[in-house]
Amino acid sequence: MKTMSQHIVIAGKLSVLVVAMFGFGYLMVPIYNVLCDITGLNGKTSSVAAVAPQTSGEKSERRVIVEFVAVVNSSAAWTFEPVQRSMEVEPGKTYNASYNVKNLSSQPAVGQAVPSVAPSAAAKYFNKIECFCFTRQEFEANGSKEMPLVFFIEEDLPRSIDRVTLSYTYFDTGEKPVPASDS
Amino acid sequence: MRSTFCAVVSRLCWLTVLLPGSKAFADINMPVGVTPISKEVYGLHMLIFWICCVIGAAVFAVMFYSIFKHRKSKGHKPADFHESTTVEILWTAVPLVILVSMAIPAAKTLIAMEDTSNADLTIKVTGYQWKWHYEYLDSGVNFFSSLAAEHNEARQVDSGIDVSTIDNYLKEVDNPLVVPVGKKIRFLHTAADVIHSWWVPDLAVKKDAIPGFINENWALIEEPGIYRGKCTELCGRDHGFMPVVVKAVPEDEYLAWVAEQSGAGEEAETVADGDAAEEDTDREWAMDELLARGEKVYTANCVACHQAGGQGVPGAFPAITGSPVAIGDVDKHIEVVYEGVAGSAMASFAAQLSDADMAAVLTYQRNALGNSVGDTIQPSAIKALR
Amino acid sequence: MSTATTEHHDHHDDHGPAYGWKRWLFTTNHKDIGTLYLLFSLVMFFIGGGMALIIRAELWQPGLQIVDPLFFNSMTTMHALVMIFGVVMPAFVGLANWMIPMMIGGPDMALPRLNNWSFWIMPFAFLLLLSTLFMEGGGPAGGWTLYAPLSLQGGDSFAFVIFSIHFMGISSVMGSINIVATIFNMRAPGMTLMKMPLFVWTWLITAYLLIAVIPVLAGAVTMLLTDRYFGTSFFSAAGGGDPVMYQHIFWFFGHPEVYILILPAFGIMSSIIPTFARKPLFGYASMVYATASIAFLSFIVWAHHMFTVGMPLAGEMFFMFATMMISVPTGVKVFNWMATMWRGSMTFETPMLFAIGFLVMFTIGGLSGLMLAITPADIQYHDTYFVVAHFHYVLVPGAIYSIMAATYYWIPKWTGNMYDEKLGKIHFWISTIFLNVLFFPMHFVGLAGMPRRIPDYSLQFADWNMVASIGAFGFGFSQLIFAYVVIKCMKGGEKATDEVWEGADGLEWTVASPAPYHTFETPPTIK
Repeated sequence: MKTMSQHIVIAGKLSVLVVAMFGFGYLMVPIYNVLCDITGLNGKTSSVAAVAPQTSGEKSERRVIVEFVAVVNSSAAWTFEPVQRSMEVEPGKTYNASYNVKNLSSQPAVGQAVPSVAPSAAAKYFNKIECFCFTRQEFEANGSKEMPLVFFIEEDLPRSIDRVTLSYTYFDTGEKPVPASDS
Repeated sequence: MRSTFCAVVSRLCWLTVLLPGSKAFADINMPVGVTPISKEVYGLHMLIFWICCVIGAAVFAVMFYSIFKHRKSKGHKPADFHESTTVEILWTAVPLVILVSMAIPAAKTLIAMEDTSNADLTIKVTGYQWKWHYEYLDSGVNFFSSLAAEHNEARQVDSGIDVSTIDNYLKEVDNPLVVPVGKKIRFLHTAADVIHSWWVPDLAVKKDAIPGFINENWALIEEPGIYRGKCTELCGRDHGFMPVVVKAVPEDEYLAWVAEQSGAGEEAETVADGDAAEEDTDREWAMDELLARGEKVYTANCVACHQAGGQGVPGAFPAITGSPVAIGDVDKHIEVVYEGVAGSAMASFAAQLSDADMAAVLTYQRNALGNSVGDTIQPSAIKALR
Repeated sequence: MSTATTEHHDHHDDHGPAYGWKRWLFTTNHKDIGTLYLLFSLVMFFIGGGMALIIRAELWQPGLQIVDPLFFNSMTTMHALVMIFGVVMPAFVGLANWMIPMMIGGPDMALPRLNNWSFWIMPFAFLLLLSTLFMEGGGPAGGWTLYAPLSLQGGDSFAFVIFSIHFMGISSVMGSINIVATIFNMRAPGMTLMKMPLFVWTWLITAYLLIAVIPVLAGAVTMLLTDRYFGTSFFSAAGGGDPVMYQHIFWFFGHPEVYILILPAFGIMSSIIPTFARKPLFGYASMVYATASIAFLSFIVWAHHMFTVGMPLAGEMFFMFATMMISVPTGVKVFNWMATMWRGSMTFETPMLFAIGFLVMFTIGGLSGLMLAITPADIQYHDTYFVVAHFHYVLVPGAIYSIMAATYYWIPKWTGNMYDEKLGKIHFWISTIFLNVLFFPMHFVGLAGMPRRIPDYSLQFADWNMVASIGAFGFGFSQLIFAYVVIKCMKGGEKATDEVWEGADGLEWTVASPAPYHTFETPPTIK
């Protein structure tokens, strides 16, 4: 039989474990994100610009089909579609593509495109040098734009992948554009 | 050695396919399906099922033998053994061996399921609350597919309709997905609001549609036919009412269908009833005409939330009847339907409805469902917004 | 120590229960708190059961007859939350409160005041949860798993649901800390760890599982709350989050939770079966190791709930193999119980009937679990009634039957009266028949393609759904027999002996029946 203070010691140790596990729940967020970055687990591509590839200069016969798709989230008041449905690319070379966006609302709006790649194994080989998804875009009432994308697929994309789909989901951030401060 | 083993397993799979695959079991067993993968999956299912039956029978035989023989009322005296390391090792090792032998064919099928390369065509499937949108990436043909109107009417609470009189109740849509047989079809799955899951049992295809992310899957359908499925991830109120219908046809028929769809042009995708000739947005429409068309559009697009009588669901979805929007300022009413309401379940219908459909449904909401504002909204007014 | 002051005994606060409601509100006595937990659980069992009957009534025939689909969804959600957090977990904690101190020869729980708090948080948590049904927009309707983004869509009752989950979590964590402290510190001299009854062992491991995973659930639902109200975007792709991450965090809690709901049941079985087989438990040590390995494996199988979310092949393979692995120690347990029965001298009083019911039907549920582990097949089974059949087979004849078996087994010790054996047996047989009528057909409709969580279904599922509904009403109403037997036994009946059962072994049977308010104030001697 032990005394009360010994019970408190055990309870104290276990409480530390409880707090630690609560923290672990939150720690799973960065762990998951890092895992996704490394493995392309959820098909998310990098959100920072890549540098143009150093091509080996060798001629390659390999071609990969890149498909472009678009979804407007929550059926918000936008039209959003790729300019080209698909293109045939040579891994290692840089290509341009673009999407058209129109704000159907009579209010100014801010949108954000979120990229995803299928198959998810291709995500980490899909690099964007320039992409409208890196930032939010501001639109006037009924405003529209053609938004550019510059990308390349790394040469070491696994051989089993012959077709890569790049999907953007367009979200209405619900915010209003901030007028530029110095103009 | 390993290949002989696999051959034996696959032969076993086929043996089990033949027995309960018959018609008599159709209502209580997994369908064999019409794709190479679905047949493999069915084989695995039956194999593991029989393994479980054998294990179960053995366990229960021993247990019930003991229950009948080793009872006090029969004067059985208790033995006093209470451990045996040999027995413990045995009944740890034997299940392990069974499991490993099961895992090998399962892993093989899994690898095949995940291999989406060399597809002949790609179809993007997008889940919406509560309908599906299909887009054929190669031809650009795209359309929404929702529960057929007759079924939608019958499934309302207290509809007064005997659902058993309706063929394929809850398994029929307005626009089925048409696909060719004998081609490897790659499906892309995503969603526009919450998570959905697109499932067709006969194709053994089930994949979650996750907003902001894209998933892929594939099927090669071997026989023409109509294959029906459901949404299998809880996606809100009408989760049970967004069926999937896949119509698999021979390739030439499929190509003709695609030509017809893309020939009908951009307009075709937005016309609810395919009555393209009537799609005259510039002329003046009569009230009766708008109301008749509006009722159809309302039934197809609005009843899920606002209810057939326009009464809404208190606390969740506002009523149309007597609504300040529907009986108030016309421009505000148009704005709500055209742009949607940010931060609510009210979507923008600008992309989903044609000018005429939107004008009709707006007019219908203002002059039916207990409202009587008396004004009409002309398709030309909607056209001017675009 | 109190023998010298016998005449003051009754006036001494610590030595007898207070009278009236204050006894129950302020009690720090493990037996009183155990009773409160068990009665609370019984009340919630009927509330959660009522919800199940609303579900089955709507599914009686195709077409929507009774409820709105949104209310149907909130019934399925609430039924799960109530049954898991309001019935099974409190009942196990109640049994732990009553039995653990007596089984290890300790005078009470280590932290009696904490114990009082752990219980009294529960009723408030559930009042909060149930009150959401009457709020504008209705109760939670996104499934008990609260998957984002769907769970973020409903009305503001959402915040109350999250708070009530926090309260339930705090209650379970406090209860678990208490149980661990009790088991480590309150054992009688000579009661070494490897001499403890298995119920104590399984609860020790369960308590650690609870302490490890309930905070993770708390974290996950807090993220939901801040996503909804404070503009974070853990689970929204728009802000760089991922809805699938919620599922990973949730099931990291959720799978160990499954074992939280079944490990104490294993402990109960390991007490009851040897008693009625009149033979010591076979393979005590291997039972302890099997429990520990199940607990360990439960942390690395969570993603088998998510085979359709689009995981990489390597992930699917890993979780398939890990899941298959977990059936090995579970199998060991079943085999050990069978070996305990083998060549015993069995009698079949109500607790033993429920134990055998558990063995048979839990095995059926375990085998369908093995089928679900096969990933390619799981893709067809996932989110269908086959899964519903599977987890009800492991939870109803598993967790619930074990609680009923435990009640029949120990109630003579709690009340000093024998329960009505005849009614107990009737209760067992009616329940068992209807339970199978209820859940077995769900395997069929699930395989044939009926998804779960739908208020209305296609015509080909009509027959079996009607059968299941008949089973549901039969099973539901037969539980009134259970309530009657329990109340009758609390009020009186044939006096129980101290040993109660002929073959019973353990310290709890060495004290008087009913167990005195205070037991083992002087530690017993352990042989």
